[in-house]
Amino acid sequence: MMGKYLRKRILISVAILFLILLILFLLLQFMPGSPFNDAKLTPEQSEALKKSYGLDKPVIIQFFRYVGNMLRGDLGVSYSISPNTPITTLLANRFPVTIRIGFMSLILGTVIGVILGLVTAFFKSRILKGIYSVLTLLGIAVPSYLFAVFLSWTLGYKAKLFPLLYDFRSPLYSSVMPVMALSFIVMAVIARFTKSEAEDVLRSDYVMLARCTGMSSRTIIVKYILRNSLIPVITVMAGLLVGLLTGSLVIEKMYAVPGIGELLTNAISSNDYNVVIALSFVYSALYIVVMLILDIIYCIVDPRVRLGGKAE
Amino acid sequence: MSENTKHIIEVKGLDISFRLPTGNVHAIRGLDFSLDENEVLALVGESGSGKSVGVKAVMGILPENAVIESGEILFNDGEETIDLLKMKEAARRKTINGTKIAMVFQDPMTSLNPTMSIGAQLITALRSHSDIHKKGAYARGVELLREVGITDPERTMDQYPHQLSGGMRQRVVIAIALSQSPKLLICDEPTTALDVTIQERILELLQSIQRSRGLSMIFITHNLGVVSKIADKVAVMYAGKIIEKGTVFDIFYDPRHPYTWGLLSAVPELSDKKGELYSIPGTPPDLSKEIVGDAFAPRNPYALAVDFKAEPPLFKLSKTHYAATWLADPRAPKTEMPKELADKIQRMKQEAKDYAES
Ligand SMILES: Nc1ncnc2c1ncn2[C@@H]1O[C@H](COP(=O)(O)OP(=O)(O)O)[C@@H](O)[C@H]1O
Ligand SMILES: [Mg+2]
Repeated sequence: MMGKYLRKRILISVAILFLILLILFLLLQFMPGSPFNDAKLTPEQSEALKKSYGLDKPVIIQFFRYVGNMLRGDLGVSYSISPNTPITTLLANRFPVTIRIGFMSLILGTVIGVILGLVTAFFKSRILKGIYSVLTLLGIAVPSYLFAVFLSWTLGYKAKLFPLLYDFRSPLYSSVMPVMALSFIVMAVIARFTKSEAEDVLRSDYVMLARCTGMSSRTIIVKYILRNSLIPVITVMAGLLVGLLTGSLVIEKMYAVPGIGELLTNAISSNDYNVVIALSFVYSALYIVVMLILDIIYCIVDPRVRLGGKAE
Repeated sequence: MSENTKHIIEVKGLDISFRLPTGNVHAIRGLDFSLDENEVLALVGESGSGKSVGVKAVMGILPENAVIESGEILFNDGEETIDLLKMKEAARRKTINGTKIAMVFQDPMTSLNPTMSIGAQLITALRSHSDIHKKGAYARGVELLREVGITDPERTMDQYPHQLSGGMRQRVVIAIALSQSPKLLICDEPTTALDVTIQERILELLQSIQRSRGLSMIFITHNLGVVSKIADKVAVMYAGKIIEKGTVFDIFYDPRHPYTWGLLSAVPELSDKKGELYSIPGTPPDLSKEIVGDAFAPRNPYALAVDFKAEPPLFKLSKTHYAATWLADPRAPKTEMPKELADKIQRMKQEAKDYAES
């Protein structure tokens, strides 16, 4: 049953990606300028360049050629920001850094957030509540670049604990500050969500029934509370991950991280169609894949999804 | 001391408030009732009268913001009398919850852990006090499911709550509550959330289990029609205290409190085709404010001047029958129940007689 469901999901995902690609293609036709609006080029030269890349053909032909090449793993070459470099090479250089920093922030933020949320929900302590409120409020209200500035000033400039800029010779060490800056919001969102879920579960009838049967607190926490309050957190994590991978632009700029954010800004400002399309497409694909993985995880951990809801 | 009184549970002067940011809610204002072994006590009253809070105190599962201001809850299952309110939570869990007292809730849709199979939930409950082997616990779980009327228990053991209907879930909840053979079973409106057709069957199940196991039972309902079927004794609650109590006969055939008159008048009759149902006018008092006099007085067409000044004590009318109304005071003017109700009771008596003869 689950296999059938997943096959359907994957087919739908592919169809959606195809559609996204088509829309991207059409939208870019309406963008002002072209990759070759260098003042030094004469109109004739510009036309010749277009012709050499096949950009003089009708859009629909361009589109199908693109899809055909893509299926063979060829995303084309960059026109302007790094002329004639295959885009796959550009991506291969840039993506791993962004993904690594994104995942590290997600994991760090989630671990701290879950612990903070659970502990605050379980123990009715004022001090804990205070710490929780301050941290979550700061995390949600203060933009991550301000944390970045703060971290750079304190840990980087004053304490000289970490390098101020990303350094590919020590990728982990120099990722510490960007990861910390990005994980703050993750921590805050996850902590809030975990706390409210855990409080709902603590008040639920099924936990009361468990208490009526005299189960130990440990059993109740492990079998009743953790699973039921953490399953919904997975959804939030997926949303945050997509945000981290696409939205860490400012942080990448501040720490000079050679990631995908910088590539995207450059490509858009210089009309490098192929790069823009490829990146947008990869982002969409990433989003869809993350959601698909999320669904699979749900199938595994939540019997309500796995077994469907048919009462007899 | 407790030799002559063989109450399995006795609640004395229980007083509970809720702490809210807006102030205190005085939900239970001196609750007194007792229950003997093998007896069924029905706790009735409008929504908000404190029935659930009262039994949650007995079960020891009051919400965090509840404060027990005073009172005793004495439990005795033949050995010694223990005041449950003096026990530490951990001790209660080890020696009382599940093994002596258990509870069934109103809504079977939310009473089971959604991510655990029925079998796992039963087995976890069964193993919470004894170190019974998993296999033994499984067999015992199957047996329990059969006892609550589930026809294919092995299959149900593997299922999850969302795969079961409301009635089936409530049966599972009952099985979990019974899993460690409690002496006292508290049922808080166990049929209210179910389909009408299923209500009857769950009721019959509880009744037959009560008889076969010799359970003591506190049965909460706001449906008086159910009470006469299942209960031995009835306690009527209003605004956090009991205002009339007695045997089923006392309450149904000889009610004395105007509030009980109202409740009885509101019970639909089988023969009544007109369907024009009486309901008690007005609303219950606000428990966050201090109540002066009889809490029911503002809604009571029979209220005396004294009702607005002083709270009536629980007058003893017979060995079994008590009512907290100034009308029961010897000095009060003689007041009869409404004519319609008297007629209705007459019809009920006749029906019961016909039924017994047929
Ligand atoms: N957690 C709570 N916080 C504040 N007030 C509560 C809480 N639970 C119950 N109450 C109040 O206690 C009173 C009795 O409630 P309850 O026992 O649930 O009534 P019922 O007779 O319908 O079961 C109500 O006035 C209700 O508002
Ligand atoms: Mg209730």
